[in-house]
Amino acid sequence: MEFQLTEDQRALQQAARKYAREVVRPKAAHYDETATFPRDLLATAFELGLLNMAIPAEYGGVGLSHLDQTIVAEELSWGCAGVATSIIANDLANLPIILHGTEDQKKRLLGHFAEKLKFSSFCLTEPEAGSDVANMQTTARREGDEYVINGAKCFITNGGHAEQYTVFATVDKAKRHKGITCFVVEGRPAGLTPSKHENKMGQRASDTVSLTFEDVRVPVANRIGEEGQGFAIAMATLDNSRPLTAMFSVGIARAALEHSMEYASQRKTFGKPIIEHQAIQFMIADMAMNTHAARMLTYESAWLLDQGQRNTLQSSYAKSFAADMAMKVATDAVQVYGGYGYIKEYPVEKLMRDAKLIQVYEGTSQVQRLVIAKELFR
Amino acid sequence: MKILVTAKRVEDPESKIKVKPDGSGIVQEGLKYKINPFDEIGVEEGLRLVAKHQGEVVVVSIGGKEVQEQLRHALAMGAHRAVWVNHTGPLDQFGIAALLQKVTEKEKPDLVILGKQSIDDDQNQVGQYLAEFLDWGQATFASKVESMESEQEKNKVPAVTLTADGKAVRVIREVDNGLATLECQLPAVVTTDLRLNTPRYASLPGIMKAKSKPIEELTPEKLGVDVTPKIQIVKLASPPARKAGIKVPDVATLVDKLRNEAKVV
Repeated sequence: MEFQLTEDQRALQQAARKYAREVVRPKAAHYDETATFPRDLLATAFELGLLNMAIPAEYGGVGLSHLDQTIVAEELSWGCAGVATSIIANDLANLPIILHGTEDQKKRLLGHFAEKLKFSSFCLTEPEAGSDVANMQTTARREGDEYVINGAKCFITNGGHAEQYTVFATVDKAKRHKGITCFVVEGRPAGLTPSKHENKMGQRASDTVSLTFEDVRVPVANRIGEEGQGFAIAMATLDNSRPLTAMFSVGIARAALEHSMEYASQRKTFGKPIIEHQAIQFMIADMAMNTHAARMLTYESAWLLDQGQRNTLQSSYAKSFAADMAMKVATDAVQVYGGYGYIKEYPVEKLMRDAKLIQVYEGTSQVQRLVIAKELFR
Repeated sequence: MKILVTAKRVEDPESKIKVKPDGSGIVQEGLKYKINPFDEIGVEEGLRLVAKHQGEVVVVSIGGKEVQEQLRHALAMGAHRAVWVNHTGPLDQFGIAALLQKVTEKEKPDLVILGKQSIDDDQNQVGQYLAEFLDWGQATFASKVESMESEQEKNKVPAVTLTADGKAVRVIREVDNGLATLECQLPAVVTTDLRLNTPRYASLPGIMKAKSKPIEELTPEKLGVDVTPKIQIVKLASPPARKAGIKVPDVATLVDKLRNEAKVV
């Protein structure tokens, strides 16, 4: 067992940290306030190879290992969780192609992401199919060499700016999850319409829209896997991406911890810095301890993937523990700041709003526990 | 064009530096390290020159195995290959310059670019010694007129330029009362000042590529250099803690204190 990063991993961490500190942090409050798309930050992320980390090198990506991706993800989220979510959205959308695409599909549908800044969206969730994916209402009807997609998706990250969409639709609603099929829609065809950007509580820099599909045509060549394999592809994708969302929690918590330590060393009550009060020391000790525990759980869940092992149980441990942990740590950071913590001029209330989303997206904390229980009794 | 650049490993200025109780050095434990920022500016300038004129950037560092981290950083930025002088004992500026002289004679670059000083000891001597040892011209404190927000900077245009015949470099130097332009016959030694450029970030693909770039290992013995220090550090001490300021009730008291206590007006 090794409990230290390799030299290469430290280099990746430093590169991502520099980007987060010098490029993202100075603008994080601006994009949170305005809820506008951080295109300039994402353009720099693209130049540095932070976008498309998961695309294998032979298709023009960086091809980082899962563990390496989580190391980068912590830094990105430390900078701003909303920006991090938008950065990782490409990898999330491309994972079905990376995991289950044919050689031809990988070349056609992944290669161009390395050439210029382009966004891709993962389209799974629907108004009536969130945790209950099998209740999917979006349909795909085969017509000759094409499928025709109709329906609606919601909470789609980068959906208003994407030029490629990985869409899950059912070829037969009666078959429930066995009808779900995965498709890649290229460009922005007529009939694919994004709504306006949702006015979110947190992670406001990431673009979130609803999408409607009206007779959107997709060539059969863009179907990933077979008909009915979509559910398994979506679940495999989430097994791969869960360590990243878990690590977003760690990034938020570390930011909350660092802000709290700094503030507690400066702020004085009863004649001494509040860090000298045991009540504050205990809170900060808990913040540090839980942040680190979540990081270790997450490293393990990513490491398992790199060993080619199934990580469903461990990645659900990591994601639910880390998300709940970040919510608690960010809330405690606001507590350490007292009244100032509730005011937007100080950085910690944003962390609390940002953390909340991680308990919800990519499998709620409750769904993670269902998965854990199911895995334990397998 | 072949350019040799240096990449010294220095304490990260963001880590807390503490002097050991016996004054023999600083506490190494828990410290973070990085490439000397002035050297990083040198790497950047080298990369810009090579992008314009073709050629090769070779990066050199002296130290134990750990300096490979700084070499890899320069390689990740885009340097082509690295030379590592493996040496772990004490070293002063004479030793460093003598080692760099031998590496330079071996590599035969057109230009050696170093940071004007390293941010650990802040001695500001190695570049000048090296030029003297090599009997080459030197242009220290390279800078430029354009700002860091200028088009030149955005387009990564090198500020160190070649003359029309390609036989000399033109360097804008920071001097006490402004900027001075200097032409210097090649081969030459240039040291970088802060306002020469903003170094690029190491990209993830760059980091991955750096893994397969060669690092040649040399030693002072192989280079035939005696690095026994001529300078001995007797003692290090922290600067005295700053005393708290005072508040004065009015301007008259302030002027009185400035005149009669501080004796500055």
